[in-house]
Amino acid sequence: METTSGQMSADVVIRMEGVQKWYDHFQVLKDIDLEVHRGERIVICGPSGSGKSTLIRCINQLERHQKGRITVNGVELGPHHRQLDTVRREVGMVFQSFNLFPHLTVLENCMLAPMKVRGTTKAEAKATAIRYLERVRIPEQADKYPGQLSGGQQQRVAIARSLCMNPKVMLFDEPTSALDPEMVKEVLDTMIGLAEDGMTMLCVTHEMGFAKSVAHRVIFMDRGEIVEQNTPEAFFTDPKSERTRSFLGQILAH
Amino acid sequence: MIRAFGYNEFLFLLSAVQWTLMLSVIAFVGGGIVGLFVALGRTADVKPVRWLANGYIQIFQGTPLLMQLFLVFFGATVIGIDMSPWVAAAVGLTLNTSAFLGEIWRGCIQSVPRGQWEAASSLGLRYPGLMRYVILPQAVKVAVPPTVGYLVQVIKGTSLAAIIGFVELTRAGQIVNNATFQPFLVFSIVAAIYFALCWPLSLLSQRLEARYAAPSR
Ligand SMILES: Nc1ncnc2c1ncn2[C@@H]1O[C@H](COP(=O)(O)OP(=O)(O)OP(=O)(O)O)[C@@H](O)[C@H]1O
Ligand SMILES: [Mg+2]
Repeated sequence: METTSGQMSADVVIRMEGVQKWYDHFQVLKDIDLEVHRGERIVICGPSGSGKSTLIRCINQLERHQKGRITVNGVELGPHHRQLDTVRREVGMVFQSFNLFPHLTVLENCMLAPMKVRGTTKAEAKATAIRYLERVRIPEQADKYPGQLSGGQQQRVAIARSLCMNPKVMLFDEPTSALDPEMVKEVLDTMIGLAEDGMTMLCVTHEMGFAKSVAHRVIFMDRGEIVEQNTPEAFFTDPKSERTRSFLGQILAH
Repeated sequence: MIRAFGYNEFLFLLSAVQWTLMLSVIAFVGGGIVGLFVALGRTADVKPVRWLANGYIQIFQGTPLLMQLFLVFFGATVIGIDMSPWVAAAVGLTLNTSAFLGEIWRGCIQSVPRGQWEAASSLGLRYPGLMRYVILPQAVKVAVPPTVGYLVQVIKGTSLAAIIGFVELTRAGQIVNNATFQPFLVFSIVAAIYFALCWPLSLLSQRLEARYAAPSR
């Protein structure tokens, strides 16, 4: 389904309007318009350097955009710090390189932000952490350090750590690209579980199987633009643009 | 009246060690506290803050420590403060140490991967919490060996306080020499005492470095 127009704007979790970004003279994002609805699952794909990471990193302002408007959950992202905090609390992010805190145990990784950002009590934070560690199916690793876990386990901890903040949206930036092939599935399964629970998800990935089974919408980016977006069925069977076709030809050939 | 170098002279030198150590501790603790802010300034997001911290570091690294001690000592007199050599030495050494530790620690902070900052801020941690709970604990591990190593420089640096008249180990050596006229003997002993203070720290620093450099725990 295309984003059903005429829906109440309360249903829009993320809205990007005419977003542009430059690195010096190089334009990474060219006039990006995007609306993400509550419960919607979007997969973003495109060639290397097309601006996929930059796009989702603008949503929680790990990167600043220079033009246009980004609204998350009704809060417009500006230079003001309070708003940035509000947005970051509602948006979880999972990175290609996990980025767990190596000096903290798995449990402490999950408890840090709820306690220091939300002001949750230790007991409460611990209960939440254990609940989400169970959900990603590694409660038994709670007292280990990240360095003692496999890549797949680390990535699942990273997902649990984000979920502990009870985010409204989850952003994933190539969450399985750094994993050995045998670990990709356990992470994708975790993400599918999240999807089944109705989480709003924006996911940069080249896992086309995941896109087909989970996404409501697939977005294809090239050279800083959204070239094409469609339902997975239409996107894979009947790509409109030549650029999409050649891209699909390349990745599906593998 | 020339005296021979004897047991009393040796004891006098040894008792001066306490002033050398005291001055070192003050310079190290004071320099550490100021140095932390220098390091944070050097890695700050705000450009003018970075420039300021960098200027501070360049000034203290680019001029001799002795000149810095002179400037503090005589500068205080110029603006009408009567500063004892003890206070002047403590202030001068603190400032100097803070610049060097600040630069060492800047490197340690920057050695923490960018992804750690990103993960922490995407979880909603703001600068103070992010630094305190995520970045600094990781930077400290890297910082310990070079910091202990730098303590050796601080101890040796205190010897310059002799020139503005503060009686620590080196100055005590000069005093004993003036009475005994056995400079080679006296300063050999002084040097040996410095070595006895510094060598264990150098060893410790090397050990720590080897330990932290070892592939994961
Ligand atoms: N900090 C930066 N400074 C300058 N250029 C950058 C910076 N970060 C990214 N770029 C450039 O911006 C473009 C888009 O980068 P981005 O990381 O968003 O691409 P991507 O689609 O995520 O690619 P990949 O699939 O390789 O992750 C690339 O050409 C990249 O070289
Ligand atoms: Mg990327």
